[in-house]
Amino acid sequence: MKMIAPVLTVLAAILLLWYAATVWMNSQWTYDQAARAGEEVTFSELVTDTLTQKRPVLPAPHQVAVGLWEGVAGQKVTSKRSLVFHGWITLSATLAGFALGTGLGILLAVGITHSRAMDLSVMPWAIASQTIPILAIAPMVIVVLASLGITGLLPKAIIAAYLSFFPVLVGMVKGLRAPDHMQLDLLKTYNASQGATFWKLRLPSSMPYLFASLKVGVAASLVGTIVAELPAGATRGLGARLLSGSYYGQTVQIWSALFAAAALAAILVVVVGIIEQITLKRMGMVQ
Amino acid sequence: MTAAPVIQARGLNLTFQTGDGSVHALKDIDLDIEKGEFVSFIGPSGCGKTTFLRCIAALETPTGGSLTVNGISPEEARKARSYGYVFQAAGLYPWRTIAGNVKLPLEIMGYSKAQQEERVEKVLSLVDLEGFGKKFPWQLSGGMQQRASIARALAFDAEILLMDEPFGALDEIVRDKLNEELLKLWSATNKTIGFVTHSIPEAVYLSTKIVVMSPRPGRIHEVIESTLPKGPRPLDIRDSEEFLQIAHRVREGLRAGHAYDE
Repeated sequence: MKMIAPVLTVLAAILLLWYAATVWMNSQWTYDQAARAGEEVTFSELVTDTLTQKRPVLPAPHQVAVGLWEGVAGQKVTSKRSLVFHGWITLSATLAGFALGTGLGILLAVGITHSRAMDLSVMPWAIASQTIPILAIAPMVIVVLASLGITGLLPKAIIAAYLSFFPVLVGMVKGLRAPDHMQLDLLKTYNASQGATFWKLRLPSSMPYLFASLKVGVAASLVGTIVAELPAGATRGLGARLLSGSYYGQTVQIWSALFAAAALAAILVVVVGIIEQITLKRMGMVQ
Repeated sequence: MTAAPVIQARGLNLTFQTGDGSVHALKDIDLDIEKGEFVSFIGPSGCGKTTFLRCIAALETPTGGSLTVNGISPEEARKARSYGYVFQAAGLYPWRTIAGNVKLPLEIMGYSKAQQEERVEKVLSLVDLEGFGKKFPWQLSGGMQQRASIARALAFDAEILLMDEPFGALDEIVRDKLNEELLKLWSATNKTIGFVTHSIPEAVYLSTKIVVMSPRPGRIHEVIESTLPKGPRPLDIRDSEEFLQIAHRVREGLRAGHAYDE
């Protein structure tokens, strides 16, 4: 465990910087309060006060930790104050959108690698789709779908899919084109059909590329879902939690929701990584 | 009565169109390869030896002249799966075991499961890889991987075996051993073999017929019929007077064909 010292050092440095920033950014409030009461503030009073404010500009790490703990363990999971409840809402839309986006990305990639016309006609639009800021398009999608009577999980999943299909598409196009001339020539000498070439060579070759893309895609899905939860007054999900926190100046709530989202993203990426390890190991592609 | 040649080329030409003009890769190739022959193609880079082999395999299309394989066009022969092709790199699929790799052509060609198992076992023993079927390619040495790729080309019983510098990337000791095994395998199976190589000793040791080619444009300079006995040959035949004479003729042929210029 040689690595533990540097890891802890970096962590400690981050916490230290954070605490320093907390004292500095919250000091204005403390000074204002003291001035109003006509009192002087000593340095130790300043530190104590800035780290324990109810509505700090920047909450201290331990405040966020407490907020997270209460959100996760301090509530019934069905409570509207529970981060598990909101996390599940976000997670379900993320997974639905991820599945949708992955499926779409793979389908388009298969089309693009097999048809020159699709390559020329679809790829530019796929790239263009990613240059539009998601924050601009998400509210429109939510509003349009709501006017059609579609609310809840599906609109959010669509936004998530919108963000996650692209890395899968790009990765799979690369992966399906990974076999070199020699491998394609070999199948030609067997007079193999296009289908056989796809199933026996192109698809297996693309697996490492697919998993690399899936890791990017699953994180993008989560971002898409949270963004989709921000507009139009959603009341459930981590995005809604972020929004209501900012309405009421509940910075601890915002930061707790942020950390919950980050943890969720990390878990999702790790899970994809584990599936990758298992799959590639069973395929004999990792030693 | 003699049977028709397995491979027959008459006035074969191939010109590649590239970005900066056309390249005359093959010029007026005339060649007959009889059934059961072991024919080596030797020459410097750019002499068209690999291109000619690829024409036989219908991986390239000649731009002039005629070429037949088993009396039909190369394209028809490819569709009839009449040849096995061995590339310079083994090109085994890393996600398949050795047995799985050998099975690949059999799966594509629709052999039954039982036939697949039987043939895999047979060809793996032909190339001395019994017991390695369950290993993955990365667990085998380069020489063993190349043997597996030969097994893969043998699996579907094609009458013709086309080999494009199959041992080019291997060290000399492994190459000697594989050359010896290849000769044994050839005598045991009576296949017709086309073999591209850079190595004079390899060409002389293996072949019944050596085709010396010269570059720019790629053409046949000379065809040398080997007087060495047909069938398995001991490795030390390479020290015999007869062997050295043939090797000398090949070298002279290469020199006269400007192989040593530049």
